[in-house]
Amino acid sequence: MMILSGDPPRSRALSILLVVILLALLATPFVFPGAKALNVAAKICIFAALVASYDLLLGYTGSVSFAHTMFYGIGSYAIAIALYGLGPSWTSVAVAVVAGLPLALLLALAIGLFSLRVEAIFFAMITLAVASAFLVLASQLSWLTGGEDGRSFQLPELLRPGTVFIGKEWFGFPINGRILTYYLVLSACALMVLALLRVVNSPFGRVLQAIRENRFRAEALGYRTVFHLTYANCIAAMVAACAGMLNALWLRYAGPDTSLAFSIMLDILLMVVIGGMGTIYGAVIGAAIFILAQNYLQALMSIASTAASEAGLPLLPGLLHPDRWLLWLGLLFIASVYFFPTGVVGRLRGKPAAKH
Amino acid sequence: MSALLKLTGVETYIGRYHILQGVDFEVPEGQTTMLLGRNGAGKTTTLRTIMGLWEAKSGSISLAGEPIEKLSTPDIAQRGVGYVPESMAVFSDLTVKENLVLAARNGPLDDAQLAWIFGFFPALKKFWLSRAGSLSGGQKQMLSIARAIVEPRKLLLIDEPTKGLAPAIVMSLIECLKEIKRRGATILLVEQNFHAARELGDQVLVMDNGTIVHRGEMAALAADVPLQERLLGLSLEAHQ
Amino acid sequence: MSEIVATDALPKPKRDIAPLLLPLVLALLMIPLVGSPSSWVTLTVASLAMGMMIFIMASGLTLVFGLMDVLNFGHGAFIAVGAYVATLVLLPLASWAQADSLLINLAVLVPAALLSMGVTGALGLVVERVLVLPVYGQHLKQILMTTGGLIVAEQTLYALFGPQIIPMPLPAALRGSFILGDVAISKYRLLALLIGLVIFVAIELVLNRTKIGLLIRAGVENREMVEALGYRIRRLFLGVFMTGSALAGLGGVMWGLYREQVHASIGDELTVLVFIVVIIGGLGSITGCFIGAILVAMVANYGGFLVPKLALVSNILLMVAVLMWRPRGLYAVTSR
Repeated sequence: MMILSGDPPRSRALSILLVVILLALLATPFVFPGAKALNVAAKICIFAALVASYDLLLGYTGSVSFAHTMFYGIGSYAIAIALYGLGPSWTSVAVAVVAGLPLALLLALAIGLFSLRVEAIFFAMITLAVASAFLVLASQLSWLTGGEDGRSFQLPELLRPGTVFIGKEWFGFPINGRILTYYLVLSACALMVLALLRVVNSPFGRVLQAIRENRFRAEALGYRTVFHLTYANCIAAMVAACAGMLNALWLRYAGPDTSLAFSIMLDILLMVVIGGMGTIYGAVIGAAIFILAQNYLQALMSIASTAASEAGLPLLPGLLHPDRWLLWLGLLFIASVYFFPTGVVGRLRGKPAAKH
Repeated sequence: MSALLKLTGVETYIGRYHILQGVDFEVPEGQTTMLLGRNGAGKTTTLRTIMGLWEAKSGSISLAGEPIEKLSTPDIAQRGVGYVPESMAVFSDLTVKENLVLAARNGPLDDAQLAWIFGFFPALKKFWLSRAGSLSGGQKQMLSIARAIVEPRKLLLIDEPTKGLAPAIVMSLIECLKEIKRRGATILLVEQNFHAARELGDQVLVMDNGTIVHRGEMAALAADVPLQERLLGLSLEAHQ
Repeated sequence: MSEIVATDALPKPKRDIAPLLLPLVLALLMIPLVGSPSSWVTLTVASLAMGMMIFIMASGLTLVFGLMDVLNFGHGAFIAVGAYVATLVLLPLASWAQADSLLINLAVLVPAALLSMGVTGALGLVVERVLVLPVYGQHLKQILMTTGGLIVAEQTLYALFGPQIIPMPLPAALRGSFILGDVAISKYRLLALLIGLVIFVAIELVLNRTKIGLLIRAGVENREMVEALGYRIRRLFLGVFMTGSALAGLGGVMWGLYREQVHASIGDELTVLVFIVVIIGGLGSITGCFIGAILVAMVANYGGFLVPKLALVSNILLMVAVLMWRPRGLYAVTSR
């Protein structure tokens, strides 16, 4: 109870689902050998934390930010630039943390103070504009960021695949730096999700919900809404930046496509809505469902597309092409906002969790 | 004397607040019915519910025998209900003329009707082409009422027209409303000012806590000081 | 109704002209900075032309917001769809477009633009009914639904037209420039400028001289009262939404011809620009939108010429500067 901050899943099915996801993530290196499964599992961990931090904004304050990938990108690039420029050492990682987090914090503070004073719609538009400028900046300043190609780098020795702790003889595959990195990612992400759960269940989290329900009333009650919203924005930005750092460490690479692209922002939105806004648990569920679908459904679409083109059907092969999977996700997204605004978690809990 | 407007068991919620808790009354045709009561009793909500701006959760509202509680606001307006909201809601970016052009839904402004209106609201003629936003408070109230009577309406709903106006302007406003009465208009008038109510009302309704607690002739209430004390005394104290 | 003579007039509120002067001052300031007069004229015309195109795309968005408090995050989809639909006419009839006669060029260009506007207008009808109406009055869901709409529209365009860039060459008669001394003014930019001005004047006339325009202005201020006067504002809103979508489609065609190519990502790219313009202008204000579009285009053009590196973030800097001066945009709409 303590670890969940007094906010248990409140549904047997949901608890089982969460436990299954957690066990699967813990056991992945042993149960599903192979690089792809490990990549998928790491991505689920990272996105669970990233999406949970976004849920703090969307679900708990009702503000739509399109700049969340910017903070994710700041984290990613901080690691990449530091390790690329200063060499693969733990000092470089520390430099990245010391430089990246304050930068994310400052930007979040600036955006928050600047645009959270006004309505949600203004905030959404301004964050979209700022994020797109940041994306252009990152892909143009190639001396620093590597431009469109991004930056590949070496990890500190401890985390490299070549560092073997336990040989093949025990599990049939070596326990190496890669697996250590995976568990580092998993535990850091789990900590962040639990921390966010703590935040939303603190008095601060309740003020945020009061602001979401009725900003004027919250103001009338004497809460400084801009302060609270900016604070939430800063927390979310820091977690996103940390998730970005883990992402870069895992990929040993940072580039516009893996950390800043608008499509990642859409992915985050989809995950939070599918999982269930304003629940934090929804982020874990949403990330798991979405990333599994992204990695394994596309194969199915490819089969369907080929079948459709062999059957000589018009249009369908194009619509079912694996590259068009976002089309179907977009439709799913609209349908879920419309029909299941409370997402998977809301459904499983059986009562509306996130009121607008 | 038939009832033009009839409310039966009307209940309205705003958010989770239960504002109207079963409102029943009738507004007889050709008369002015005053709706009195302290702040928060539900007077404005009653007018807004009749106008379709709030949805009645239950109960029925009929206008000239036709149920209107399920109709949308424009449909209700088109059946001949004119509405003068508490906030006056003149379109401040538009001129006086443009405000009235919009109010004359069925075609061009009628000269005779305008002349009649200018007769008691001369300021509207004077500032015909000025922005409504630059009018004074009293003039805005006149424009708001003029908007409701620029075409003949079956029923006028007027919400606290004297609120916040200087006493001299209140006096002239009362005269104007009397003139509108003389034309045979049916009016449901929310008022806090008992003097104005006594001058204008034929019938009177008193509201409290979302229900009607008294209905009768205005003259009878005006003559019965103890009854006034009992029904309205609290509200007078609360407002001083 | 006979003419009524106002015997008196209240002092008109001072017209707020500072924002109107802003582009003028900016342009004049640039003369010494740019140096050569001919480059300055070219840059200024380029700014105005680009500004007009952005204005055409943004005008619908700002009106829809002003009237109904609805922000369509999928507005960019209309721009992209408009451009693609035009290629359906322009590419098969490429020989007409490249014929050396303005009349024949126009015979293909005008139908292409009209078809685009028709399709985007109709698409606007569908979007309003399916994506906007069900979540009317709920900002959060509105943003999510219309963002979803943008994804679907963009992906459908990829599926139908393929992911490659489609060339969209300018008709022959619109290529090249008029030469006045050592100043070259591109013909197409001049045309874009003209169309933009015509549309701006037309919108202003409709808003100020017609009953529909009065209703829109009144509705921006207080939609409840407009309904209480007996007008169905939803129907009016649908009309404005469809017109705005059609204008975005027209803007897409013009932008495609300006860049001489079309790609589905044009929607994303321009959404950001259009948002910046409506924020700068003040949500709901047509005049503000007009000035905002010109400012954004000027900053892009002059900025790109003087400090190319700065061009990347110039729009954001402009937005920050304007909002520091006027936190609700150049022309804040009164009642909100």
